[in-house]
Amino acid sequence: MALESPEAVAARLGETGYLCDDALATVTFLALRMERPLLLEGEPGTGKTALAEAIAQSLDLPLVRLQCYEGIDATQALYDWDFPRQILHLRALEATGGVGPTDVEEAEKSLYDDRFLLARPVLQALQASPAVLLVDEVDRADDEFEAFLLEVLSTYQVSIPELGTVRAATPPVVVLTSNRTRELHDALKRRCLYHWIEHPGLEREVEILRSRAPEVSEGLRRQVVEVVQRLRDRDDLQKPPGVAETLDWARALQHLGSAEIDLAAASATLGALVKYREDAERVRQALDQMLRA
Amino acid sequence: MTPHDDGPTTRRQPDEVLLGFTLALRAAGVPVTQDRAQGFLAAAAELGAGDRRSTYLAGRATLCAGPDDLERYDQVFHAYFDARDGLPRPRPSQPPTTTPSLSQLPLDEGSGTGDEPGEDVLRAAASEVEVLRHRDVAALTAAEKHRVAGMFATLHPRPPRRRTARHQRWHRGQVDASRTLRASLRRMGEPADIAWRRRGTRPRRVVLLVDVSGSMSGYADALLRLAHRFTQAGGGTVETFTLGTRVTHVTRAMRLRDPERALVAAGETVPDWSGGTRLGETLRFFLDRWGQRGMARGAVVVVFSDGWERGDPTLLGEQMARLRRIAHRVVWVNPHRGKAGYEPVQQGVVAALPHCDDFVAGHSLATFAELVEVVSRA
Repeated sequence: MALESPEAVAARLGETGYLCDDALATVTFLALRMERPLLLEGEPGTGKTALAEAIAQSLDLPLVRLQCYEGIDATQALYDWDFPRQILHLRALEATGGVGPTDVEEAEKSLYDDRFLLARPVLQALQASPAVLLVDEVDRADDEFEAFLLEVLSTYQVSIPELGTVRAATPPVVVLTSNRTRELHDALKRRCLYHWIEHPGLEREVEILRSRAPEVSEGLRRQVVEVVQRLRDRDDLQKPPGVAETLDWARALQHLGSAEIDLAAASATLGALVKYREDAERVRQALDQMLRA
Repeated sequence: MTPHDDGPTTRRQPDEVLLGFTLALRAAGVPVTQDRAQGFLAAAAELGAGDRRSTYLAGRATLCAGPDDLERYDQVFHAYFDARDGLPRPRPSQPPTTTPSLSQLPLDEGSGTGDEPGEDVLRAAASEVEVLRHRDVAALTAAEKHRVAGMFATLHPRPPRRRTARHQRWHRGQVDASRTLRASLRRMGEPADIAWRRRGTRPRRVVLLVDVSGSMSGYADALLRLAHRFTQAGGGTVETFTLGTRVTHVTRAMRLRDPERALVAAGETVPDWSGGTRLGETLRFFLDRWGQRGMARGAVVVVFSDGWERGDPTLLGEQMARLRRIAHRVVWVNPHRGKAGYEPVQQGVVAALPHCDDFVAGHSLATFAELVEVVSRA
C-alpha cells in the first residue's frame, strides 16, 4: 500500500472529504500497516461509519457492510446455500432425465456449486479482498456472534465443508463500530486497535462543513459551528448534536435562504439539530441569549 | 565496547522502556495483557519510537479497551514519560484485603458433637439464622456480618425474561410457513405436517445502580454482595454501576466467581467510597454515557439509594423521568423503607418516587430475597 505515514493517510482521507485529526490518522495507519481490525467507539454522529466509507473510497476498494442486529448468525454473515434453487436444479435434472443410477454422485456434487452459494458480507469481503469490511454496531449482535467474528478476524478465512476453504489473498481492512450498549468481549477487543472518536474542534468542524456542504455560505458556516460547539459544552442536553446534525442544520438554514442565524429561522429548523422536546426548549433559550449577546 | 554488560544496565533499550510502561499501566489498573503489550511494541515500531506523540497514539490504540481506560492511560503516560525525577509515583492504595477462612461456614455450630444435644443446637442455630435474616445489615457485628455474607449464597435470583424478535419452533402457536414449506420440499412437494412456532424469550438485562456515598456506607458491602449474586445468576445480562461522586462500572469485578475476590476487585475499581452524592448528576452521567445508548433500554433498572441528595432534587426528578422512559421497569430500593416510622420525605426520594414502578425495602437479607422476587417477575 502506498501510504507510508499517518500524514499520508490523513491527506488521502482528506481528498475524499473526510477530515481527521492526527490520532485517528495514526490509528488508521496502524490498522492498515499491522493488518489488524479497527474498533471505533464514540458519540453517535462523530463519523465512525463514515471513516470506513472514506477508507474504501480513498484506497479505491469495494466496501462491504455487515449491519449487526440481535440474533444475527453465521448464515447471515458468512454464506448460505440457495435451497430453492438447488431443488429446482434437481427437478430440472429429473425432468431432462439426467439422473440415472450411475451419476447420482455427480448430481449431488453439482448441487454444491459456486452458483448455489449465497455469499453474505464476510465471505464477500474475503472473496473480493482487498476490500474494506465494515461491521457496523457490533454491540447489537449477541455474544456468540462475537466469538464467531473473532474466529474469522484472526484467520481471515472461512471453511465451507462442501467447497473447501476460502482464504483472503490479502486480508481485508476491517472496521468495527460500537455504540457501547454493552461491553464487548475482551478477546475481540484484544484483536483490534481501539479508538474513541471525539467531537471535532471548532476549526476542524468548519472544515468538515466546507467540504461536506459547500453550498452553505462561509459566514453561516462559521456561525452554525460556533453555536453547535457552545451547545455541546453545555451539559444539560440529553443528546448533544453530532457532526451529522450540524450538517443537517446548516443545510436547512441554507435552504431557508438565511445568510446568518436569526431566532425565527433557527426555531423553525431546530428539528434538524436536536431530537428531544426538552432539548429544543433549552436550545431555544440558549440561542436567544447567544444572539442577543 | 565491552560485549558482555552494556545492554540493560547502562543504556535502556527502547523496548524495555515501552514494556516498563505497560507494567506501570497494569499497576494502575488497566488490564494490559501480554498480547496487547506485543501489539503496542509492534505499533510503536511501525511509527518509529523516537517521537513522544506517536508513542502516545500507538499505546492508546493498542493498550486501551474503553473510554474509562483512556483517562488512566493519559495519567500514567504523563507520569511515566514526562516526570523523570526518579521518585516513585504514588499508587492508589489498596484496601486491606481480608481472606476469610472457608472452614467458617454460616452454620458452624450445627456440626458439633452429633449426639442428642445436637438437635437443640441445630434448632438454636436455625432460629438464629432466621433472626439474622431480618436484622439490619448495617447494624451487625463483624462476626454476624461474616455469617450473613455466607447466607447470601441462599439467594437465587432468576433473571427476568423478555420476548425476542426471533421465533423458535414450538408445538403450537403460529404456523411456521417457511419450515412447513421446507419440510414439504424435502418430500418433493408433498404436503406434510404443519410446523408451528412462537416468539422466543431471552433474559432481560438488569442494571443495578448502587449508591456508595457516605450515608449508604453501612449497606455498600451487602449491596455489592447482592449485586454479585445477581451477576452470577444472570448469565452476562446483569450490569452493575456504583454511584458516588462519579459513576463506576464494576461489572467486570462482579463477574469474578468468588464473592470475596469480587468485592476486593470492586473496592480497587471504585475511587469514591463513602464520598458525597449528587444523585441527579451521577444519574445523568450514567444515562448519557451508558443508559441512553442502550444499556438501560428495555432493562430492569434497580437503584439502591436512601435518596439523600446534596444537589438539586429537580434534576434528580428529571433524570428519573428520563430513565423511566427508557427502561422497562424502575425499582427503587431504600434501606430505610422497611424501618418503623420511615416516611419518604427526603427531597431526593420525593422527587424520584413518581418515576419508580416499585419502591421496596432493602436493609436485611429477608428484604433482599423479596427484592430478588420483584426483579424476577419484572
